[in-house]
Amino acid sequence: MAKPSTFANMVSTLLVICLASSAALGVAYELTKEPIAKAILAKKISAVEQVLPSFDNDPLEEASSVSVDEGVLVFYPAKKKGKFVGAAVETFTRKGFSGEIKLMVGLLPDGTINKIVVVQASETPGLGDKIAEEKSDFAKQFFGKDPSTFIMKVKKDGGSVDAITAATISSRAFCDAVTRAYDAYKRGFKR
Amino acid sequence: MEYILMIVAAVFVNNIVLTQFLGICPFLGVSKRLSTSLGMGGGVIFVMTLSTVMTYLAQKYVLVPLRIEFMQTIVYILVIAALVQMVEIILKKVSPALYQALGVYLPLITTNCTILGVAILVIRKDFNLIQSTVFAAANALGFTFALILFSGIRERLELLNVPEAMKGIPLALVLAGLLSLAFMGFSGIVR
Amino acid sequence: MSLWANFTKGFLKENPVFILVLGTCPALAVTTSVSNGIGMGLSTTFVLAMSNLVISALKNFIPDKVRIPCFIVVIASFVTIVDLVMAGFFQAIHAQLGIFIPLIVVNCIVLGRAEAFAAKNGLLASFVDGLGMGLGFTLALTIISFFREALGAGAFLGHKFIRGDGILVFVLAPGAFFVFGYVIAIVNRINKMASGGK
Repeated sequence: MAKPSTFANMVSTLLVICLASSAALGVAYELTKEPIAKAILAKKISAVEQVLPSFDNDPLEEASSVSVDEGVLVFYPAKKKGKFVGAAVETFTRKGFSGEIKLMVGLLPDGTINKIVVVQASETPGLGDKIAEEKSDFAKQFFGKDPSTFIMKVKKDGGSVDAITAATISSRAFCDAVTRAYDAYKRGFKR
Repeated sequence: MEYILMIVAAVFVNNIVLTQFLGICPFLGVSKRLSTSLGMGGGVIFVMTLSTVMTYLAQKYVLVPLRIEFMQTIVYILVIAALVQMVEIILKKVSPALYQALGVYLPLITTNCTILGVAILVIRKDFNLIQSTVFAAANALGFTFALILFSGIRERLELLNVPEAMKGIPLALVLAGLLSLAFMGFSGIVR
Repeated sequence: MSLWANFTKGFLKENPVFILVLGTCPALAVTTSVSNGIGMGLSTTFVLAMSNLVISALKNFIPDKVRIPCFIVVIASFVTIVDLVMAGFFQAIHAQLGIFIPLIVVNCIVLGRAEAFAAKNGLLASFVDGLGMGLGFTLALTIISFFREALGAGAFLGHKFIRGDGILVFVLAPGAFFVFGYVIAIVNRINKMASGGK
């Protein structure tokens, strides 16, 4: 340390370093702003594509959001040749074992569930994380089902859903999120 | 009521050291004696609660309005470092005895990942100011609790015959693992 | 110290995780899979090498009494850069590592090397020290996550080699502590045998 620790020196050095780093970070931020936004968008588009049958419009363009009890749901309508073929609903639940779980639920015009993917979750690996389609058949039991006959509660609670062994909380949370999406969808989003 | 649940969750279910893996360095370093553990715990409770409040305010009233959220890491760590400095100066004047007791552990609180970790967590979990404050205090309590439990056991381990390679840190880590396993028994009580 | 010795000391003799017992938080938290361990290790290596370099360059301009805040600002800047780059180009790992990326700034290894080495040594030596320590850190994380992923999930780099589940406890919190503790014990034993044994 060559510079003496006078008050002026200390303040000026700290100031210069802070300014230099703010400038450097500002540049880095500008450079990465687009890739970050693109990455988030790509993830969303991928989720929508995974849960819906083929479409030719841009569901993200025609997205609409609906406020529900604890938050906001986003609807991404899909059309083929102008005809409505289904909607992807970005839904959530706060009842996950490790916090919030976000799902993308694909619903067909007649109300049946097409597919569901997990968008965000941090459930226990090996247990709760089996709600993801790649990890077990839990999610698959929802596909193609009509919620008006397929009761979306775990069997323990009187429903039709086979919960994941030793991961009842995550299973229940999953049902909660899908129910939220379906209820809002039924309440009249169809366009 | 939700605050009581939050406190129980933070201290037992999601204990910051034993399940979230924050604060391991001071945990292993300070927990050899009960007295130092208490000192460190007290310091952390004070600094964590205060710094979470201040970083929260900085985030909501400076970073977000100015759209410079990417400066979060720098601003937060500077606020924490400044706070610890201030606490040191004030403590020296107000209670020299306590200052002496905490000794070198006070400046070490700056690099304690629990402080920065909790400050960032409350933003990610979307808490309001009151929730953040309670969350911070609860986690600091959980840290202190784990620390005291641990040091109580470690003080007795000193008297045992242990294989050479396991002495010290390895044994402490296996012990922490057993404690962590025990705490897993708490999971599910907050639902 | 020769450049080579400087570079390699972080691998075994002064391994930051197993010998110096620093940077333990990420060593336990992100080692659930080998890819996470390597990702964290390399990000930290970048921050270590770059901040060591910059701090060494600035060491004669920083008054002694404000050196820690200045070091912290430099380190935090590189951490933010890593965070932004990963969010833009490596989103999968970014999501997995989560809160532990900004926590690199309080990783005791980084501030420790800045204070102990970069503040007193030349540019190249400091850069090499940062690089070596960072790679040693990466090595440590890889070893721990190798055991945790193999025993806990029956996989390596995401590819399962058994059917069904592994021994779950190893990917959960307690398992991290156990693996870490036993690996340090083994490293201690190896060191003891290497230096003549008793």
